[in-house]
Amino acid sequence: MLRYASSRLVSLALSLVVASAVIFLMLEVVPGDPASYMLGLNARPETVAALRAELGLDASPLARYLAWTGGMLHGDFGISYAYRTPVAGMVLDRLQVSLPLALLALALSTATAFPIGIWAAARQGTATDAGIMAATQLGVAIPNFWFAMLLVLVFAVRLKWVSAGGFPGWDAGLWPGLRALILPAVALALPQAAILSRVMRSALLETLGEDFVRTARAKGLTRGQALRRHALRNALIPVLTIVGLQFAFLLAGAIIIENVFFLPGLGRLVFQAISQRDLMVVKSVVMLLVVAVILVNFLVDLAYVAVDPRLRRR
Amino acid sequence: MRGLVLGGMVVAVVALAALLSLIWTPYDVTALDIAAKLRPPSAAHWLGTDHFGRDVLSMLLVGARVSIAVALVAVGIGLAIGVPLGLVAAARPGTLVDEAIMRGNDLVFAFPSLLIAIMITAVFGPSAVNAIIAIGIFNVPVFARVVRGAALAIWPRDFILAARVAGKGRARISVEHVLPNLAALLVVQATIQFSLGILAEAGLSYVGLGAQPPTPSWGRMLAESQTMIAFAPWLALFPGLAIVLTVLGLNLMGDGLRDLLDPRLRRRVGP
Repeated sequence: MLRYASSRLVSLALSLVVASAVIFLMLEVVPGDPASYMLGLNARPETVAALRAELGLDASPLARYLAWTGGMLHGDFGISYAYRTPVAGMVLDRLQVSLPLALLALALSTATAFPIGIWAAARQGTATDAGIMAATQLGVAIPNFWFAMLLVLVFAVRLKWVSAGGFPGWDAGLWPGLRALILPAVALALPQAAILSRVMRSALLETLGEDFVRTARAKGLTRGQALRRHALRNALIPVLTIVGLQFAFLLAGAIIIENVFFLPGLGRLVFQAISQRDLMVVKSVVMLLVVAVILVNFLVDLAYVAVDPRLRRR
Repeated sequence: MRGLVLGGMVVAVVALAALLSLIWTPYDVTALDIAAKLRPPSAAHWLGTDHFGRDVLSMLLVGARVSIAVALVAVGIGLAIGVPLGLVAAARPGTLVDEAIMRGNDLVFAFPSLLIAIMITAVFGPSAVNAIIAIGIFNVPVFARVVRGAALAIWPRDFILAARVAGKGRARISVEHVLPNLAALLVVQATIQFSLGILAEAGLSYVGLGAQPPTPSWGRMLAESQTMIAFAPWLALFPGLAIVLTVLGLNLMGDGLRDLLDPRLRRRVGP
């Protein structure tokens, strides 16, 4: 286990280095100089040069890359070009929206997908199963931002149960904050839940065909008992992988939904930063999200192996 | 089988609509007719008009063309780069080349695709071409991985051994013997990526990074309809339905094709 973990750790570090280099290079080729962009067209060349020096833009690309990655390692994400404030603080602010939103969406998606997937698998081949499968096909095909718009039309415009967008901040209290996140979370959760129910169903059906389930049935357990006591636990491994990936996706993939609901989350921060040419913010936030995805994958891999020792021999 | 027929029919209708828009649309999509703005569906305008008086049906037809073109070329990029990579990796499994290709794949998968697509289109300017590139890049590792996996299963078979005994090199075997056996798999995967591409294009053009005005696109029609949803819900309804029907049709077709072409292939349900 330890050997496996350490070899995975090396490849983890390697991916982080390559990922940071890719992001850095991608933003190096962006036309235009952030300093002259910030100061406008009429700025004097000395002023631009001074600002470039202040932002560290006059250093060589390699030096800037090392300064950036070195800083990130101890929590310094650089200074925003547009707001002249530390990026780390901006990110922390935005995480207060993005993290609860992702967690809420994930909770909704697993809470619906698990029972639905189990139900479909238990009724395999029946009309119930076919109906559920058809519904999940539809769920996968609906763009989440369109679903979000329909939710707004029904629950905000017509029924007036919630507001159509914006975020009051957690200072306003837990309930007003949660209320603002409910519709976006539901919109985000729908396609995820559809995918997850399908994964749950197929993983269960696969384990239901295994010998140990047949043995359990031969000992006199009903199909339902065998499913609950034996098949379910074994089916959870692939399902949990998808849950891990979905969390990473929800953290980064909420960008369009955040735009629909005018939520000040991480995705919207990057989106605004791109249009303002605030490359330090773009660079650091994208890197942070990539780190999150790579870390989640790494942890899922380890959990996988911890649960199933057969996978250690690769 | 029923799914395949149904999905195929839906996809055929959308494709025909897109082709039709090349030669004819009920109204000109660039012509503004303010006098006839925000009309609900009627005999003159089957799906109503938008805030500039443009005919929604005509815009949907042209939008179908844009969506299909973007998703199709993005799949083409994935095939053109991903398939050779997968074949090369499978021809020399366990070597440095294989390792490099697979780790590269993992790396691309680690990037939040939508975010990077937004970054690419924003950095290089919003346009349909940049949307295609942004979506296409993420198709590459999908095809590379699928091809490598399937090709690895083909290499130990007897007919490959026969070809090697006959003196053919690895490259030639990959092209002449491995690739033809992957055709079914590639058709199925291409259908799936095509439907994901339609969704991605809609998302990008929704945030204003797809095809630029005056070319209509489904995603931007939705974005424009958002502020008018309370009094002109048809503007939000029809483009959304167009996306759902197209994606649903493609998914049904993909599932059906998989069952038809190779019952042993099990679809990987990814996020």
